[in-house]
Amino acid sequence: MKLRDLSDLAFRNLREAVLRNSLTTLGVAVGVASLVAMLSLGVGLQQLATSRLAKSGLFDSIFVTPKTNLRGPGAGPPATRTPDAKARLLDADARAEISRMPNVVEVYPQIRFFTEVRYDGKPYATMVAGMPESSKVSGAFDGMQGHFFSSANADEAILQAEFAKELNPQTSSLIGKDLILRYAERQSLGAQGGDAAGSGGFSVVPKEKHFVIIGVVETEPASGFGGFGNGRLLIPLTIAETLRAAQVNDLRDILRGSSSDKPSYSSLTVRVKSPSLVEATEAKLKDLGFSAFSLLDISKTLRGFFKVLDILLVIFSSVALAVATLGIVNTLVMAVLERRREIGVLKALGAADRDVKQLFFVEAAVLGLVGGIVGTVIGWLIGRTIAFGTNVYLHSQNLSSVDISSVPWWLVLASILFAVGVSLAAGLYPASRAAHLDPVQALRYE
Amino acid sequence: MTELPPAIRLESVSRQYTMGESVIRAVNDVSLTIPSGEFLALLGSSGSGKSTLLNLIAGLDRPSTGSVVAHGQDLSKMSSLALARYRRQTVGMVFQSFNLLPRMTLEENVELPLRLAEVDRSERATRVREALQRVGLEKRIGHRPSELSGGEQQRTAVARALVNRPKILLADEPTGNLDSATGEAILTLLREIQKNPGMTIVMVTHERTLAERFADRLAIMGDGKLLSNGAAR
Repeated sequence: MKLRDLSDLAFRNLREAVLRNSLTTLGVAVGVASLVAMLSLGVGLQQLATSRLAKSGLFDSIFVTPKTNLRGPGAGPPATRTPDAKARLLDADARAEISRMPNVVEVYPQIRFFTEVRYDGKPYATMVAGMPESSKVSGAFDGMQGHFFSSANADEAILQAEFAKELNPQTSSLIGKDLILRYAERQSLGAQGGDAAGSGGFSVVPKEKHFVIIGVVETEPASGFGGFGNGRLLIPLTIAETLRAAQVNDLRDILRGSSSDKPSYSSLTVRVKSPSLVEATEAKLKDLGFSAFSLLDISKTLRGFFKVLDILLVIFSSVALAVATLGIVNTLVMAVLERRREIGVLKALGAADRDVKQLFFVEAAVLGLVGGIVGTVIGWLIGRTIAFGTNVYLHSQNLSSVDISSVPWWLVLASILFAVGVSLAAGLYPASRAAHLDPVQALRYE
Repeated sequence: MTELPPAIRLESVSRQYTMGESVIRAVNDVSLTIPSGEFLALLGSSGSGKSTLLNLIAGLDRPSTGSVVAHGQDLSKMSSLALARYRRQTVGMVFQSFNLLPRMTLEENVELPLRLAEVDRSERATRVREALQRVGLEKRIGHRPSELSGGEQQRTAVARALVNRPKILLADEPTGNLDSATGEAILTLLREIQKNPGMTIVMVTHERTLAERFADRLAIMGDGKLLSNGAAR
């Protein structure tokens, strides 16, 4: 029989026992829905974690530090120590060289320094951190009050919420206000000649600079690994660099005997185009004579964790689908018993065993297909409902919303195909039983 | 006069069933030749083996021994797939209880063998209409079997048996569920079909008078054996 005729007969048969078949389909739908809902949460959480981590720049970044270690074991004073032939100073030249490497998107230093802020005539001690332009898309500034720096050279500041509250508990009223940054500018002595020439020494000159507060951010974007320490006052990185504020590593530069007027960096963050390029670039940086490391291994571990989570979710939710499968077997076995005479008539009219078998398979597939589609929709709704509930809770806790449920197209397709596959497997026994009915016996059946 | 090759030839056909320890010989060593175009009535009391013999000719059952040859094809040697094709293309069947599918209209019931034979949809409607016209039910085409009388239902079953233009028509007690007038009408219809378009008909019945009036030849069975075999009139 042609597929169109088979389907036509199958739909007609399914309509005959509409209540029973609807209940069976609903059983499949519930099974698929639990599968889709669980997996949508698994996938959603994974996407959330991955995107947060990707935005954090931790997985497409390499952290470069100079190889020289003053405190290394057996190392004497710098003057007597044999320098590592390959070790290089992490200065402006090195930064420029790294910037020119293929696949490197951005190279920026970590600038942070202690400062005194004057706001409303009162002094506040805090840590300043320079933020690169790319941190705008890191997700850390999502949901902030105010806005991100209007340009890389703007004299604008973003306050971390805790620090902002110290200035004024009504943080929103801070935006647009002026504050004064008092810091110590490093001025090289070497450039001025005299006794100290060539020594690399510098003097520290107090300076002031005005900034306009343009935003308040809840999170601490400048904290954590590869970040900038607990930066409470965030200013554009370009501005932070021009301030030439004295930093902790300046002392080390003097000890190292650097005569260069160019700044040297305690570390640089190198961002590459994609996490897949991290490994190769990291190796090249090591060849150049720097210490380099990345967090790629942690990302791999995370992916492994989510795979295990997904497998567990599938196993638990498959229980419902297994019960639904038994429902399909039951429905079709009942149908074979009820339609014995009809099967006998079909065979007497010339239906082959194969035709009868295919008819029951199509019926099973239709139950699975409809159940799969309905179940996917219900599963998606359950996922959305859980996500909605989570966000209501997060809002009540003054936290920004997240999307913890995701139903990608492959999950939709896979669930429907899975439902059809499981239904066909469930149809194996009833279809075979129908196909092997003896037509003479079947025609005698009342 | 050139003699036509036989439509059906049964050679020492036996069909036995085992029930527990006893063996039941439903058909016991029957040999019978039915020429093309003949209307044969198989007579006998209940349990005489006439319906079993009809099922063997229909390819619904296989003989335990012997051979059933229909239009040159030995059914006992055919695969189940080939037997299904034989039932589709060579024979048409009519049953005592009509065996129409109750949820289908007359049109759909008659169309069923055409679906199984994978006839094109465009041709199906014409052939269904022709078959229903042949039995005088073209105006009831959209009705369901439950809306028809017994006679009309049996005529629909005849139309369904004819729609694939088989060479042999097999009827198992076609008048068994009908009153005598309606039964006669059905047999008149079968007789007409036998003559035009020309068909071999084997009918199982226990109504000897009707068989004598309409069939060319009577074959009488008892206890699985062929007791007599001769011209009806």
